[in-house]
Amino acid sequence: MIDPVIASRLQFAVTTIVHIIFPVMSMGLAPFLIYFTWKDIRTGEPIYEQLRRFWTKIFAISFVVGTVTGIVLEFEFGTNFAAFSTAAGELFGGPLAVEGMMAFMLEATFLGVFVFGRDRVGDKLYFVSSVAVGLGTWLSAVWILIANSWMQTPRGYELATENGQTIVHLVDPMAAYFTPRFTYMFVHMQNAAVESVALFMAGVGAYYVFRHHVWGYPVENPQFWEATLKIGLIALLITAPLQVLHGDMYGRHVAETQPQKFAAMEAVWETESYVPEYIVAVPTSVDGFTDPRAKELFGIGIPGGASWLASGGDPTAEIRGLNSFETEAPPVAIVFWAFRAMVGLGFWFILLAFWGGYRWYKGQLLEDGLLHKALMGSSLLGILAVELGWIVTEVGRQPWVIQGVMRTSEGVSPGLTGTEATITLIGFVGVYTTLLGLYTYVVWRIIRNGPPSRDELRSVQDDTLTSDPGPTPSQPTPEGVDDD
Amino acid sequence: MTSVDSLAAGPLFGLPLPELWFGLIFTMLATFLFLDGFDFGAGAIFALLETDAERETVLAAIGPFWDGNEVWLVVFGGALFAAFPPAYAGLFSRHYLLMFGILGALILRGLAPEMYEQRHDAPWQRWWGRAFVAGSVLSPFLLGVFAGNWLVGSGRSLTLVGLVVGVTLTLLTVVSGAAFLQLKGRERLPESVTTYGTAATVGYLLAVVVTLAVLAVRLPEGLSALLSPPIIALVVASIGLAAGYVVALRRKQSLFALGAAAVLTYGLVAVVAILMYPAIDPATGATVRGTIVSTLPLNLMTIGASLLLPLVAVYFVVLYSAFSGPISPEEAY
Repeated sequence: MIDPVIASRLQFAVTTIVHIIFPVMSMGLAPFLIYFTWKDIRTGEPIYEQLRRFWTKIFAISFVVGTVTGIVLEFEFGTNFAAFSTAAGELFGGPLAVEGMMAFMLEATFLGVFVFGRDRVGDKLYFVSSVAVGLGTWLSAVWILIANSWMQTPRGYELATENGQTIVHLVDPMAAYFTPRFTYMFVHMQNAAVESVALFMAGVGAYYVFRHHVWGYPVENPQFWEATLKIGLIALLITAPLQVLHGDMYGRHVAETQPQKFAAMEAVWETESYVPEYIVAVPTSVDGFTDPRAKELFGIGIPGGASWLASGGDPTAEIRGLNSFETEAPPVAIVFWAFRAMVGLGFWFILLAFWGGYRWYKGQLLEDGLLHKALMGSSLLGILAVELGWIVTEVGRQPWVIQGVMRTSEGVSPGLTGTEATITLIGFVGVYTTLLGLYTYVVWRIIRNGPPSRDELRSVQDDTLTSDPGPTPSQPTPEGVDDD
Repeated sequence: MTSVDSLAAGPLFGLPLPELWFGLIFTMLATFLFLDGFDFGAGAIFALLETDAERETVLAAIGPFWDGNEVWLVVFGGALFAAFPPAYAGLFSRHYLLMFGILGALILRGLAPEMYEQRHDAPWQRWWGRAFVAGSVLSPFLLGVFAGNWLVGSGRSLTLVGLVVGVTLTLLTVVSGAAFLQLKGRERLPESVTTYGTAATVGYLLAVVVTLAVLAVRLPEGLSALLSPPIIALVVASIGLAAGYVVALRRKQSLFALGAAAVLTYGLVAVVAILMYPAIDPATGATVRGTIVSTLPLNLMTIGASLLLPLVAVYFVVLYSAFSGPISPEEAY
């Protein structure tokens, strides 16, 4: 049997890594859906109704799977990390409760109206419901990141010992809930979600555009896929450079507030100044991969780059090495390589955005097969980059569950047995693999089936109605129109 | 004094906040068990329907609502965590495998309708239909097992009390589900839905009797705890409501029947809460006052909840009025 501490950590990792995909999809799609709904209502152009209905389907399945996998995370604090929950509940439970009441309730109720209610409610309420759902997904992130950022950079609390247990007491709510870290996390995460969806849209659009324009196959609704590609590309052009920009500021903030995590991100073991940033790092042996040490890697380094990053412009700045901390280092290999891969992807997305933007400017967007292939290949890489970023954040703060206050191993439920933890870990690996498979299958089917054809659209049916001299303007919405 | 200091000085308006939050979390639990309960009950009745059109009607009836309904469980868990962290941590970790059983059932229940609608070939729909039924029946059953264990303070996941409360709760969801389906389905669903609702009501009353008998043996104060005036009043009221429910259901006054089912659900949860108080985790003897968070976060949460819960009520009014009345023929899922 696996040790309950290890099994609990692995299980939390598996359940979070799978869960985060769905909020990324729903948070990232939210601004697009609000825009499509607005344009659909205002212009009545068929293309916007197609965009709204097609992406709403993907949003809806993401939301459902996000709901059921999200409840798991809330329960796991109690089941697997009871000692943490008891000690920190006063600070940590509040944001979760507020998230449920303020955000989750808003999204889940208006989702019903948004997905099923187009023919039941008026334009105004329908638009309001799209905004409510979108706002709900983003507010959800606010409260979850408030809770998470407090664990990374805890403030506004006092420690007390009650019945032999250390308890965290809230003393300054503003300090505790609005740490500087929260802003960095929120901006970086929300932009990443939109960027990931932009990449996904551009990739899906590129697939059909490639089939149609490069291979010359007949494709239904080609203009829908062209619009999808273009909208994705515009969003990518905006989000990709921003992501790297505030990612850099976030990295500097980590260096200041969690030096141990920063040292792991750079694999710096001894305290030094003028530390280079290895933009390309190649392990020369298996050890170099599993136990990277910046000094021993073969790589292309920017002299003083890491020092520059950590200090905000001073290439000679000192970086504290991992050996200078009293606590053991986090798993450096995971943090070091995940960070590099994330940063590499971030720059690739910028390149991709400018490549696509340039081709579009030249009027060759629909003909550049290599660009289409690059976009198709990158359609899921945004989500991968989000995963890598969270791995840096969460693995990098080990061994702490609350930085400097409580170790992860101390947070695990005291009564939990290795057998129980192993059973559920194996169960989750099985269930979540299936779940991911089914989600992929459903999304793939939605993409394969494409948007509703023109004669199924409300906007087109409305047009034929108004061109008919018979009906009066008070004519009720035609029946037989159906969103799903 | 700064505002933070005054918030930390004493309970808001001198209110008995620990007791109010104890009441609030059970109200949230009851709201979840009623609202998602009729989804669960609809899922159980789904198993007994014969045609594809009838099954589609059930899925269309719960489609817009269930996700919002289920959030009451998240809110219940969050509020328990935020107000009584040791109780949340103790309960959830003690019933470790049971909690994951509940989560598994909820995943199945949430996912199955989405999958069911993906393809229209018979084997696919047969299997996802079964998964939907299994999730719909297992969710309230396992939640009932949890509630029973919670009340008697059992350290084990499988107990007699747990089993009978699980059966009781499952039957109650069928009571709610039948009224909901009659309301939404009308002539699109067979007359037998009324029969299922009536049978489930009779079964529910019997299960309550068995539960009370088991509790009389199992609870520390036994019979005397059960013979307190509020419990007697709730049991008598339940019998009256159950009779009213059956009459309403047979007269096709579905909304009245659904209302009766709602009150039955709140009544059942109230019995559990009254029997438990002043403890909140009988297994450890931890009390409401002993596990409540300190004054500052409690006051903040009270302010937050009093601002947010009325808004939540508005959301539900918007949702349920947008989809009021029976579903129309073209509203397939």
